[in-house]
Amino acid sequence: MERYRMEWKDFPWCSVEQVKLLDRFSTSNKSLTGTLYLTATHLLFIDAHQKETWILHHHIASVEKLALTTSGCPLVIQCKNFRTVHFIVPRERDCHDIYNSLLQLSKQAKYEDLYAFSYNPKQNDAERLQGWELIDLAEEYQRMGVPNSNWQLSDANRDYKICETYPRELYVPRIASKPIIVGSSKFRSKGRFPVLSYYHQSKEAAICRCSQPLSGFSARCLEDEHLLQAISKANPANRYMYVMDTRPRLNAMANRAAGKGYENEDNYSNIRFQFVGIENIHVMRSSLQKLLEVNGTKGLSVNDFYSGLESSGWLRHIKAVMDAAIFLAKAIAAESASVLVHCSDGWDRTSQVCSLGSLLLDPYYRTIRGFMVLIEKDWISFGHKFSESLYFLGGRCGHLDGDPKEVSPVFTQFLECVWHLTEQFPQAFEFNEAFLLQIHEHIHSCQFGNFIGNCQKEREEFKLKEKTYSLWPFLLVDQKKYLNPLYGSQSQKSAVLEPNTVSFNFKFWRNMYHQFDRTLHPRQSVFNIIMNMNEQNKQLEKDIKDLESQIKQRKNKQTDGILNKELLNSVRPESTALKATLSLKEQALLPVNDVLRTIEGSSPADNRYSEYADEFSKAEPAVVSLEYGVARMTC
Amino acid sequence: MEFAELIRTGQAQAELLRGPEEPPLRGTLCITGHHLLLSPGPQATPDLWLLLLRNVDSIEKRIAGDSGTITLRCKDLRVLQLDIEGVEATLDIARSIEALSSLESVITSFPFFYRPKGLRLGDAWHFHPPECYYKRVARETNAWRLSEANEDFSLCPSYPRAVIVPRAVEDSALARSARFRQGGRFPVLSYYHAPSGTVLLRAGQPLTGPQKRRCSEDEELLRVVLAGARPGARGFIVDTRSPQAAKQARMTGGGTEAKAAYPGWKRLHRPLERGRPLQESFVHLVEACGDLEQSMDRWLNRLESCRWLSHVKETLSTACLAAQSMEQEGACVLVHGADGTDSTLLITSLAQLILDPLSRTMAGFQELIEREWIQAGHPFQLRCAHSAFSHARPKHEAPTFLLFLDCVWQLGRQFPLSLEFGEGMLLALFDHAYASPFGTFLCNNEKERCLCEVRTRTHSLWSGLSQPKEQRKLRNPLYVPNPLAIWPSAEPQSLRLWQGLFLRGTRLPEPSEVAWEKVWQIVTDQEKTEGSQPTDSASEPRP
Repeated sequence: MERYRMEWKDFPWCSVEQVKLLDRFSTSNKSLTGTLYLTATHLLFIDAHQKETWILHHHIASVEKLALTTSGCPLVIQCKNFRTVHFIVPRERDCHDIYNSLLQLSKQAKYEDLYAFSYNPKQNDAERLQGWELIDLAEEYQRMGVPNSNWQLSDANRDYKICETYPRELYVPRIASKPIIVGSSKFRSKGRFPVLSYYHQSKEAAICRCSQPLSGFSARCLEDEHLLQAISKANPANRYMYVMDTRPRLNAMANRAAGKGYENEDNYSNIRFQFVGIENIHVMRSSLQKLLEVNGTKGLSVNDFYSGLESSGWLRHIKAVMDAAIFLAKAIAAESASVLVHCSDGWDRTSQVCSLGSLLLDPYYRTIRGFMVLIEKDWISFGHKFSESLYFLGGRCGHLDGDPKEVSPVFTQFLECVWHLTEQFPQAFEFNEAFLLQIHEHIHSCQFGNFIGNCQKEREEFKLKEKTYSLWPFLLVDQKKYLNPLYGSQSQKSAVLEPNTVSFNFKFWRNMYHQFDRTLHPRQSVFNIIMNMNEQNKQLEKDIKDLESQIKQRKNKQTDGILNKELLNSVRPESTALKATLSLKEQALLPVNDVLRTIEGSSPADNRYSEYADEFSKAEPAVVSLEYGVARMTC
Repeated sequence: MEFAELIRTGQAQAELLRGPEEPPLRGTLCITGHHLLLSPGPQATPDLWLLLLRNVDSIEKRIAGDSGTITLRCKDLRVLQLDIEGVEATLDIARSIEALSSLESVITSFPFFYRPKGLRLGDAWHFHPPECYYKRVARETNAWRLSEANEDFSLCPSYPRAVIVPRAVEDSALARSARFRQGGRFPVLSYYHAPSGTVLLRAGQPLTGPQKRRCSEDEELLRVVLAGARPGARGFIVDTRSPQAAKQARMTGGGTEAKAAYPGWKRLHRPLERGRPLQESFVHLVEACGDLEQSMDRWLNRLESCRWLSHVKETLSTACLAAQSMEQEGACVLVHGADGTDSTLLITSLAQLILDPLSRTMAGFQELIEREWIQAGHPFQLRCAHSAFSHARPKHEAPTFLLFLDCVWQLGRQFPLSLEFGEGMLLALFDHAYASPFGTFLCNNEKERCLCEVRTRTHSLWSGLSQPKEQRKLRNPLYVPNPLAIWPSAEPQSLRLWQGLFLRGTRLPEPSEVAWEKVWQIVTDQEKTEGSQPTDSASEPRP
């Protein structure tokens, strides 16, 4: 997490002392006492050990004031990054004030109030612009090999005339003329006509994306049919193409009654139509809601956990998204067939499936920079509604106070699918779990401009590139933290990934949904230690090379007949080099010892098994309780 | 040789399928007294494929046309399929395997014939007797002594010859306490926690019976334990049964310590599953893991209803409770259930692993298993007679030891740097407990082992595992000694299914195993570069 710098404007508006912070999973009343500060952008809690807990107002999903207790007024804050904090404020008045302030602060009504517009990382304008230019999508299409003889850049949407939610630059088949594009866009929901998302150079096959056709029960559009034909003709390797409707069949049928629907195979030549059955944003939202309810339960039993996991359906949905992406990747890799993907509006499930499919196919997207490009391309530029817009109500991440029915964890699901892939293919990704968590943190933080607004047109109107900073350069600066030390087996690095989606490969992502519940985490991190070792190895190998070259030099000098005295002098720089490596070793080893010393939560007091004893001693009051002295730490 | 009568066929042509990823193996199939052999034709690799018949848990034969198929489900949870030419040959082979895999005699079992190169009989058997552990205890405290009251196994048939007891208690008192405890298992020292001076004891249930009998020697023994720890020390009796079950046990002569009779001791009940329900949980879990086609909901449902992870959670939190009482509360702990040979050992051994850094080393862990499971009288022969695939009605089978290994695996996942041994070690222990060429897990207790002369006539697993070629499989490359207690989280979100074991038969070999190789490589690189540095500077040309 970004360490936040205190500035004048952060001068706390108010502070409340003697506030207690409760452990979310503790059944007893163990707590930390400290002071709560409210600033313009953050809620800050500093406990007696001077440990700081920063909570960005934008991260707050809900604030709840519970019934008054003897020790004070409980305030429960749930965050979009799945942090839950439970404060007890001694005086009800204070609690009420904080509650009201947070309610206002966490729901911004205007774009200008978002944190990104005031966030200042002390960079000049040139640096900021450079940051925005780090990811260049035109460059990315060039990397894929477009434009080429079959695909070209279309200027049809240059002024956002045809589709407001698409970017200006769109790639379409060379043989699709402008009237065909315009005609097709009128036949597609929100004007989102079929365009190129990913081009597979060696197979000459393409992933295209669009929204549902306005076919109703019988409507046709010749231009749309032509455009699809043009897409399949742009692929010389295969005559037919797949059309994937990522919705369940029933939902797609229901849309026909509203004048929308799906492609009729009889009207389009050479298409193979396929439903893949990913549920809609509302189902996903309530599924996550259920999941969070279950895993937030105190004293959860194994059975309740698994039955809750089952009834939430969350892993089933993750598997459905993954299966769809695998279908897509197979069509391209095994059959060289182009695929057109759509859902209803073509910005949720379509983004998930297109981006995951590309990730399976192209190892570039499994690098740190490639993953940023992928998100920029399939999510940001193609108009996934990250925040509320002026044109539509709501937003998937609920940045502004809007329709709660528009909030949905679509992007979170994408990240979770990628995490599952990193679990199955530990050597195929340049980045690690921390990278995914950090990106998730920032889609809600509104600290950077990338995820603000719902489409490129809006972002231009807000002048985000002038007024805010891009997240990506900041992640690149910290790259070391996000590297996967195991990355680099050739077979996994270059191959098309073929994940196995048998049910037992899907696991609950504890580090996402319990990121802040330290007691539930493994106490030691393998990643850190391997990372350290790897770096040490590299450094030591370099030292060996240096030393060897010095030896060589020395030998040459010796044969040249140089005096011993001189040689003795020349030993000095070498011995400093040796010393340097030694001290480096100590340094690099330090974190390892740190791990030992600060094994977090590694006190039995943090775990619930101690409290069973408490309960028991309550039942039999004759004997001394186990509770006394639990605060003694083991480390 | 008597085996000859059971072998009905010489040999047959067969094809063997070992799993979803491994290529089929063709060759000549042979049965010997203890093994199933497949020798590939001369053109293929000369490697011989070998299966210990004792490892076969269930056998299923199908005839189609003039060939047959035998499916062997092994105790180590692997599934093998043999396609055999000829109907007669198939039936003969199936019958031979059935007969030979279910032989019950211990002294005709394979360990008595196994004579590997490079190992000498009698090696490593002396590694871990209780005497060794007593030396460790004696260095710290004077309050305990090694008693040989059980020299002829007359006090307690399931204890070893020597046990560690309070110095102040005479052998004659031990004999009386033994008569008051189930199976003669009087309270003995399991672990001495030097930093707090507290002890972990284990025993069988007291035989109070419906009349609420008492035994003054037994009461005195426990009183002396508290007095020896420190003045005013308290004790906890962790009973691994529910209060109701403990009360019910009185009807059949058992029971639990009366509060008034043992001043300073407080009873805690932590019901742990044992016996039949535990075996069924294991069977259901393995069944669920064998189904590749099931939907997500069905899988989660079966994972929940088999309750295996609940058992893991209960076991871990009970062990933590025992360890916490000692380390944090400075209290002595006595653990028992009914017999004191199953869940009792589960708790005492896990508590030691949590508290004692030495038991987390390779040698220490082997010592722990030898002392707390094998010598402590866990009836391996009865408990591991069948694994999860057997159709036979379970009698005494229960995967208690497997539950222990699973809990250790969970510990290792939460503290990946603190155990010197890796998953490979735990898998090897599981395999050997159910079917092994070594004698270590044979019989139910020391008395039986002495009668069968296991120590002199078979090889010890520990010497087998200490072979240099085994090390890479067994060790944890990331081990860094950790002097602290390791407190695991027993929350359901922190526990995971042990896929490396339960999905052995169905799972494709995972890329994560390739990744593990990479970890090894990084670590050995590290050792190399570090090691080569001084030699490098040493090779400097000297003027």
